[in-house]
Amino acid sequence: MEAKRFPYQLVKTDTPPIWMRPLIPVLILLITFLITAGLILSTRANPFQAYYYFLISPLSSQVSFLEVLVKSTPLMLTGVAVTFAFATGYYNIGAEGQLYAGAIAAAWLGIVLAGVPAAIAIPLMIIGGFLAGMAWALIPALLKVRLAVDEVVTTLLMNSIMAYIVSAILNGPWRDPTSGWPQSPEIAENTMFFKLIPRSRLHFGFIVALVGIAVLWFILTQTSFGLKMRAVGLGKPAAQFAGINVGRTTLIAALISGGIAGIAGVSEVAGIQFHLIGDLSAGYGYTGVIIATLGSLNAIGVFVASLFFGLIDTGAQTVSRAMGVPVYLGEVTQAVMLLVALGMYLLQRYRIVRRA
Amino acid sequence: MEVFLVNLIAATFRVSTPIVLAAIGETYSERAGILNLGIEGIMYFGAFVGFLIADKSGSLWLGLLMAILSGIVFGLLMGFFTVTLGVNQHVSGLGITLLHTGLTLFTFRLFYGGRSTPPSIPSFQTLNILQNNPILGPILSQYWLTYLTFLVIVPLAWWILYRTNFGLKIRSVGENPEAVDAAGISVPAVRYAALAIGGGLMAAGGAFLSLFQLGAFTHGIISGRGWVAIAIVIFGNWHPVRVMLGGLIFGGTFALQLRLQAMGLQLPVPYETFLALPYVVTIIALVIAGRNASYPAALLKPYRRE
Repeated sequence: MEAKRFPYQLVKTDTPPIWMRPLIPVLILLITFLITAGLILSTRANPFQAYYYFLISPLSSQVSFLEVLVKSTPLMLTGVAVTFAFATGYYNIGAEGQLYAGAIAAAWLGIVLAGVPAAIAIPLMIIGGFLAGMAWALIPALLKVRLAVDEVVTTLLMNSIMAYIVSAILNGPWRDPTSGWPQSPEIAENTMFFKLIPRSRLHFGFIVALVGIAVLWFILTQTSFGLKMRAVGLGKPAAQFAGINVGRTTLIAALISGGIAGIAGVSEVAGIQFHLIGDLSAGYGYTGVIIATLGSLNAIGVFVASLFFGLIDTGAQTVSRAMGVPVYLGEVTQAVMLLVALGMYLLQRYRIVRRA
Repeated sequence: MEVFLVNLIAATFRVSTPIVLAAIGETYSERAGILNLGIEGIMYFGAFVGFLIADKSGSLWLGLLMAILSGIVFGLLMGFFTVTLGVNQHVSGLGITLLHTGLTLFTFRLFYGGRSTPPSIPSFQTLNILQNNPILGPILSQYWLTYLTFLVIVPLAWWILYRTNFGLKIRSVGENPEAVDAAGISVPAVRYAALAIGGGLMAAGGAFLSLFQLGAFTHGIISGRGWVAIAIVIFGNWHPVRVMLGGLIFGGTFALQLRLQAMGLQLPVPYETFLALPYVVTIIALVIAGRNASYPAALLKPYRRE
């Protein structure tokens, strides 16, 4: 029995219509905000007013604009981290745990390096965070390369394990003796990231994140290793056939990915919190996956997506303060945007055609 | 010691129930060729929707029903991305999880504000079976959904997948969709059906936590159980009975740490060690089973007619 045919079908096109290309980001934004407008209406708020606070108001003053950059800093780093892995076809969803590994290292070095000149202490913290994130990423990477254990599952499980490690540290040896709060002692002043602009929260971590973007661009497009990474990402058998050591390439990319996620943790500890705390990251590791995808796994894309998501995070707080719309509107918007973009991506390559 | 063991066995079945439900759901999906990373979010949303509806309507049954319905709907949404559009399954699944986490927290805040103690409702009660027997009483006095899971849903999944025409279609679209298509069967329809069943089971697993075990909704209610379920499916080699055994191993480890915590022993290690233990055991189990894992051949591959 023939199943009833849907009257339209997707037909592959080699060249997307030219007029479509610049329209796609616009369409993504429009559809995303149409969907989230429903949520805003459910809170009995006016969507237009909400979108003003959400997207325009953060850009209208210097203070809040700098805050957008502050919020985009960890996202840029996790976005770069995830891109390194995904471009190589290694699905590292463990950036969240790797970020915390780096944060633990930073909180520890921030105490140990008290009194060391900042010019030495801060690079040491960044290296320490990189190594810690790398170490946490090493286990699933080795399991993948040596034993063919699926990295998606192990990196996700390692995020849960890391959350318990952080909790154990904060409730145990590092519990603040004076306040009793589950937070590590404050890091020494000479290990805190300096402010880029006085009396703002914008810190040296933003520069580090920009360097991260530049490094991603350089490695992916200008080095032979980047070429190998992309070849492995496009297809392992073909890469193997071309003489590329797939296991080694995957392992190195996975370790760079973990290391950069670790630096995101350093940046949050040394630039913003000055303590290790349990909710240091608002899911930045997972948001990194969205950013890498929306940025189509290239440096410029990741840069733009991080800035935009920094705006959404800042705007969500503004809407929440001004209109009482729950702050989680930001997270919902980011997830919806990812799904809408995934849907749109196909419109670029396929055309909807009526069946003959 | 006897009491300890009896309590441990009783708790193992209780704790395994949501994991087994979700893992069986994931088995249906993956057998049809779709890795559904939306599982964590679908469980989370199911736990919340079940709780919200039960709280507002006063009916636990309606809550459970709506939770399952939400799972079916979002299983179908996963299908839209991975079957109809054929985009990357990892990314779309994770996107669905993030969407559900955000939606749940947003809606929770809307209905319950920023209160620090979670709201609670009177939950489903355990069945009282052989209450006077000190050994069988505690072990057999489980929730009805636990009985349904182990006595009906798992055997039924085996029967459907291995003994029915529909199950053969599910397994075939996960192994060789071209052949299924050539036989005149719609690959998308079978995949959508598997995802819908899977989503319903995942959401039921989430709702078990809020409507049976806790009678409350907390922000950390699922805390990685969905990811564990995915690991268990690999461990169980996509076979419902072995998946159930994997669920019991995780449940046993989890129950053990709960019992040890409840005993209030002064241990030389922090209590988080025990909380993390089931996740560590899951990774080890995955490594051991990983060598023999035979993934459905068409897993992660979108099917499109040329």
